[in-house]
Amino acid sequence: MSILTRWEPFCELRHEMRQMRRFQRAMDRLFGRTGIDVPEWPALTVSYPPVNLWEDDDFVYAEAELPGLKMTDLEITVMADKQLTLRGKRERAAPAKVEWHRQERGFGSFEITIELPVSVDAGKVEARLENGVLTIKMAKSPAAKPRKIPVKAE
Amino acid sequence: MPETNAIATKAAGEATAPEATRGGIYYTPLVDIYESAEEVALQCDMPGVKPQDVDVRFEKGELSLQGKVQPRQALAEYVEQEYGVGDFYRSFAISPEIDAARISAEYRDGVLTVHLPKQERAKPKRIAVKTG
Repeated sequence: MSILTRWEPFCELRHEMRQMRRFQRAMDRLFGRTGIDVPEWPALTVSYPPVNLWEDDDFVYAEAELPGLKMTDLEITVMADKQLTLRGKRERAAPAKVEWHRQERGFGSFEITIELPVSVDAGKVEARLENGVLTIKMAKSPAAKPRKIPVKAE
Repeated sequence: MPETNAIATKAAGEATAPEATRGGIYYTPLVDIYESAEEVALQCDMPGVKPQDVDVRFEKGELSLQGKVQPRQALAEYVEQEYGVGDFYRSFAISPEIDAARISAEYRDGVLTVHLPKQERAKPKRIAVKTG
């Protein structure tokens, strides 16, 4: 039954792990990988959902796999321009009186906060939920965009 | 329902043979399986699979579930990557008590549900007890 309750108690821990991983990556960028190969932080799957984050020049994208959810089950907030919060609930769809053979899918409420790499314009956030995949497209604030410096030729 | 690891071998060129795979990684989707008096039902998370790319097969007592995922994020420069994107595959050995002809499946919001109705003879029956 541990799968059933795995989400909520570890949100904090997961957040910590996220910070640690980010710190590790930042250190790797600064100093390069050293002779001692630091192993990746253990993959913690205790929280939900896992999130992929990527960016291009104009946007930051976040994606999460949320099978069985509808947009109405989700609350998406961008706070302080650099924090994305996902809140939601997944209900178990099985009838009440059944005999269980396997229970691998998790259910319940979840909440995660993701630190964004740059500040975004909270007014320009688009979210799409398709076949259980949530994609959030956030426009970078003008100050965060890479600026092309025109080079004058005399 | 014990899980089978091996993909069922099929004769080459057979019309029902699954299409050649892309040779990428298959992810094992998470499933719930439960049983009621009428049926065994299976729910399987296959996020990112388009409804037409879900493939459910039943052959020689084995139920196989496959979901092809259109590649996405292929060129993405990740700031954070916590999961991989790829196809799903999993198979299960099915009890002969299941009526194979009536197996049905539906896919909605990234979740595949398969209904495996029991044969009449496998359903529990309540015997009326007469008195006096």
